[in-house]
Amino acid sequence: MAQAAAVAKPPAPPRRRRASATPRRLPYLLIAPAALLMLGFIAYPVLSVFYYSLRDYNPTKPWRNGFAGLDNFTRIFTEDPLFRDTLVFSAKWVFVEVGLQLMFGLALALIVNQTFAGRALGRALVFSPWAVSGVLTSAIWVLLYNSQTGITRYLADMGIGEYGVSWLSDTSTVFPAAIVADLWRGVPFFAILILADLQSVSKDLYEAAEVDGASRFKQFWHITLPHLKDAIILSTLLRAVWEFNNVDLLYTLTGGGPAGSTTTLPLYIANTSVDAHDFGYASALTTVAFVILLFCSMVYLRLSKFGGEK
Amino acid sequence: MITKEATAAAPAPAPAVPEPPRPTTRRRAWDEAPRWQIYLPLGIYLVFTLIPFYWILLFALRPAGSTSLVPWPMTTAHFEKVWTDRGFGTFFQNSVLVGVATLFMTTLVALAGGYALARFDFRIKRGFMLALLCSQFVPGALLLVPLFEIFAELRMINSLGSVIIAETVFQLPLSMILLSNFIKNVPYSLEEAAWVDGCDRFRAFRVVVLPLLRPGLIAVGSFAFVHSWNHFLFALMFLNNQEKQTVPVGLNTLMSADSVDLGALAAGGIIAAVPVVIVFAFIQKWLITGFSAGAVKG
Repeated sequence: MAQAAAVAKPPAPPRRRRASATPRRLPYLLIAPAALLMLGFIAYPVLSVFYYSLRDYNPTKPWRNGFAGLDNFTRIFTEDPLFRDTLVFSAKWVFVEVGLQLMFGLALALIVNQTFAGRALGRALVFSPWAVSGVLTSAIWVLLYNSQTGITRYLADMGIGEYGVSWLSDTSTVFPAAIVADLWRGVPFFAILILADLQSVSKDLYEAAEVDGASRFKQFWHITLPHLKDAIILSTLLRAVWEFNNVDLLYTLTGGGPAGSTTTLPLYIANTSVDAHDFGYASALTTVAFVILLFCSMVYLRLSKFGGEK
Repeated sequence: MITKEATAAAPAPAPAVPEPPRPTTRRRAWDEAPRWQIYLPLGIYLVFTLIPFYWILLFALRPAGSTSLVPWPMTTAHFEKVWTDRGFGTFFQNSVLVGVATLFMTTLVALAGGYALARFDFRIKRGFMLALLCSQFVPGALLLVPLFEIFAELRMINSLGSVIIAETVFQLPLSMILLSNFIKNVPYSLEEAAWVDGCDRFRAFRVVVLPLLRPGLIAVGSFAFVHSWNHFLFALMFLNNQEKQTVPVGLNTLMSADSVDLGALAAGGIIAAVPVVIVFAFIQKWLITGFSAGAVKG
């Protein structure tokens, strides 16, 4: 109907006509379901977090509920040592995780990008932990680290270390133990993304470099790495945000312990809202976390000159 | 003259193409790393990757109390216990339901939105794109309380629908960006040709574009399934009823018990892993191409 009417109109390039012959509303209709879902279940909750952050709101202490102004924020910055501790731990966690994941992921991608016998199987095996959930990762590493029949027992059998050691319940070993568990699952993420980007490096460049007698390392440094730059920047940023926000692994593996030594800021927030029901304060903490995350991301994108010098 | 030469030359290389797989003269420096430089690091990394998998298999299959490093004699006792006594049979059903529903909802909604982003210019497009990117910074974990209140208002607490909606919503932005990039890679002229042949827009899309989107749909759909299968916080928060819980929540329950039943935990873990491993084996070859074609690049 609409099409016919439009075509009948004054002469114009037929291609253009047909494209614009679709109802104006069509794109809006198409994005409507997504937009409505996101408005209702992301935008609205975000706004309500901002709103609650300015209030005292605790379902278990309803008599205190009400407008609190900036009290929650003052409490965060002046009275709450846990905020600082958990923020510092979050930063440490994200920095070490993303750094190591990138390093190993890049190396792994470069290796499995070579041609060698058994490559398909090698890739499949190396990438497989990517699909494993945080909770399942925890379950696996709880089995590996348990003090009775974990890996330490067999290491001790071989004369390495002692019997009955539990790496997850000692404050001096829990950090590396958790880092290794998360690396196991996280490295394939980078390896897959970098490998995907490696597929688009022009082979001619290497040929030319070879003619010029450039070493393999030089080829990597001057061709491969610049090509990967944007992919690396974007994936490290996405991963950093994800590692910061993700609570599945630490929640189930260490529960934030022992003695709170592996509590990240989001874990602290989850505890504040779920266990302590202090929704107002948790919302203020969330708001601060948002701002920190957004600020760090901006700085990172600015510093790394994402998208090159255009 | 030129055309003649071209047509004369054309048939000649055609039959030769399938024949020589990799002429040795074409090996290049970046291809020539010494074998040990590939196999040694790869082997070491594989040990790191595979030991945890072996470990969980070992614990799931050997009898309780055994310290043998080979799962022999083998037992299925742990699986039976977890599946029936610990409710993993029910959890598994729930997880499948959530995963499949999330897969379809995410793919459908993202396909519609992705098509709009790829093919139209409309007034709020830039703003919408920006919102999609910004939503990546919004941690679902930190929105638990308001989300809980919304679902309580909708009377959806303890219904799988709440988890399906929440998982879909947080999958949408990236899925939509990915799919719109895939759609952009399908030439518009193909669709226009179908219109000329009398198809309406929807039919043209279904007949011409949709088949070409297969890798993209597989990538997006399997991500949605795997993510919702794996994710646990929403299910933990919104489903209090034991009958409604999902596999990851069941695993967490096993882990947070006072004395962890390692055999049961391992068997539960294997149950949790099976569907994901199947999906992964299925999509593995699309994974790399899917990412490079749908890469978020200007």
